[in-house]
Amino acid sequence: MTPKPILLKMLDYLSIIVLGVATYLALFFAPRELVMGEVQRVFYFHIGTAWTALLGFIFAAGLGIAYLVTKNAKWDIYEVAAVEISTIFFLITIVLGSIWARPAWGTWWTWDERLTTAAITELFYIAYFMLRNGIEDPDRRARFGAVYTLIGSISAPITFMAIRWAKSRTIHPVLIGAASEGQEKMNMSPDMRIAFFFALFAFTVIFVDLFWNRIRLGQLQDKVEQLKLKVM
Amino acid sequence: MKPMSTTSHPSFIQATLAVVRKDLTAEFRSRELLSAMLVFSLLVIIIFNFALELNIKERQTVTAGVLWATFAFAGTLGLNRSMAMEKDRGCLDGLLLAPVDRAAIYFGKVISNLVFMFVVEAITLPLYALLYNEARIFQPGFLLVILLGSIGYTSVGTLLASMAVETRTRDVLLPILLFPVTIPVLLLAIRACNGILSGSAMDEIMPLLNTLIAYDVIFTAVAFMVFDNVVEE
Repeated sequence: MTPKPILLKMLDYLSIIVLGVATYLALFFAPRELVMGEVQRVFYFHIGTAWTALLGFIFAAGLGIAYLVTKNAKWDIYEVAAVEISTIFFLITIVLGSIWARPAWGTWWTWDERLTTAAITELFYIAYFMLRNGIEDPDRRARFGAVYTLIGSISAPITFMAIRWAKSRTIHPVLIGAASEGQEKMNMSPDMRIAFFFALFAFTVIFVDLFWNRIRLGQLQDKVEQLKLKVM
Repeated sequence: MKPMSTTSHPSFIQATLAVVRKDLTAEFRSRELLSAMLVFSLLVIIIFNFALELNIKERQTVTAGVLWATFAFAGTLGLNRSMAMEKDRGCLDGLLLAPVDRAAIYFGKVISNLVFMFVVEAITLPLYALLYNEARIFQPGFLLVILLGSIGYTSVGTLLASMAVETRTRDVLLPILLFPVTIPVLLLAIRACNGILSGSAMDEIMPLLNTLIAYDVIFTAVAFMVFDNVVEE
């Protein structure tokens, strides 16, 4: 096995550092939010993980298309890596959001369009892993995985819009773009902005680091599978 | 040996219809798929009766939900069986050997699954109306929503069933793969049906119907494009 590249090692350390800094910024540096209080600090990591997870899902769909076009197994390894990390990040997003919602909305969960779409999306990608686990032939596993991620990237926005049109009104805060009636628009102080953008940066770095490590793991798994076939 | 290709290859539509004819002939001889779907949907409706205490007041609001949940469950049963039959009897391999566009096989399966779905709906709806004294479901608008919803459901369902059937856990897997993707169909169809039953204005229902049509078109197109990758050997 090839030794870990020096750049990846550095990225590992960098990830730990930025995670520490982001935690400090979110918990101590950013001012206490006036209305929501301390619990608002969850928001920095909530957005950080949501941002990377959603980008990761879209990225995975792109990798899936790359696999379907080229049939090169490396795209499949990349795709699994992206989906796996994004699924975990998205789960963290949902849990953090729920922790925030309890004091802010007085409930852990509401059937709001974002929350519902998030739950369905998470279930979709859990189904993705169940699909992959059920297939032995690596070629077919890769093809089905690619098709399914592609469907997921189309289905998630449609689900979101369907829930929006079917139910109307949301209580989820809006960060970017205009808030509709009944929604709160988040206004951040400059210090909050620093914590916010740093959290986005930190989770992007962590994502890239995990992604790279996961790709190496995927390549190893691939090698083991081939060795096994050779022995048999 | 005589060359085989003196007759021209069947056209796309001929190939599609041949697959449909094969499925319908097989089904109307054995009737195993339809009878299972029908009995199952009746049982689901009976369970809902107990679960929701379907008295006259409740019925007004839950009719669409009960019907769609029934169709969705019966639909997975049918989709699973329809693909499993192809797989188990080696029929799929035969179909793939045929010198026709593979998309024709996909559309053929979609149409035959859709026919099964319609047959189940055509029997379940009057039975529901009879059992719960709910004649309002026989409105053109209501039936149109059921038509559009069924198209979306089977177009995705046929694609995912042809994937699920290749896995180790196929019977369990199809609903898990299918339901997250078909939530928009179920949601929009239930809302639209509810709107029609409660006599909402048409401009409230139209956006739902338009989204449903968009869903049907998008997912049929996607399935059409990727089906080759799913059945490739």
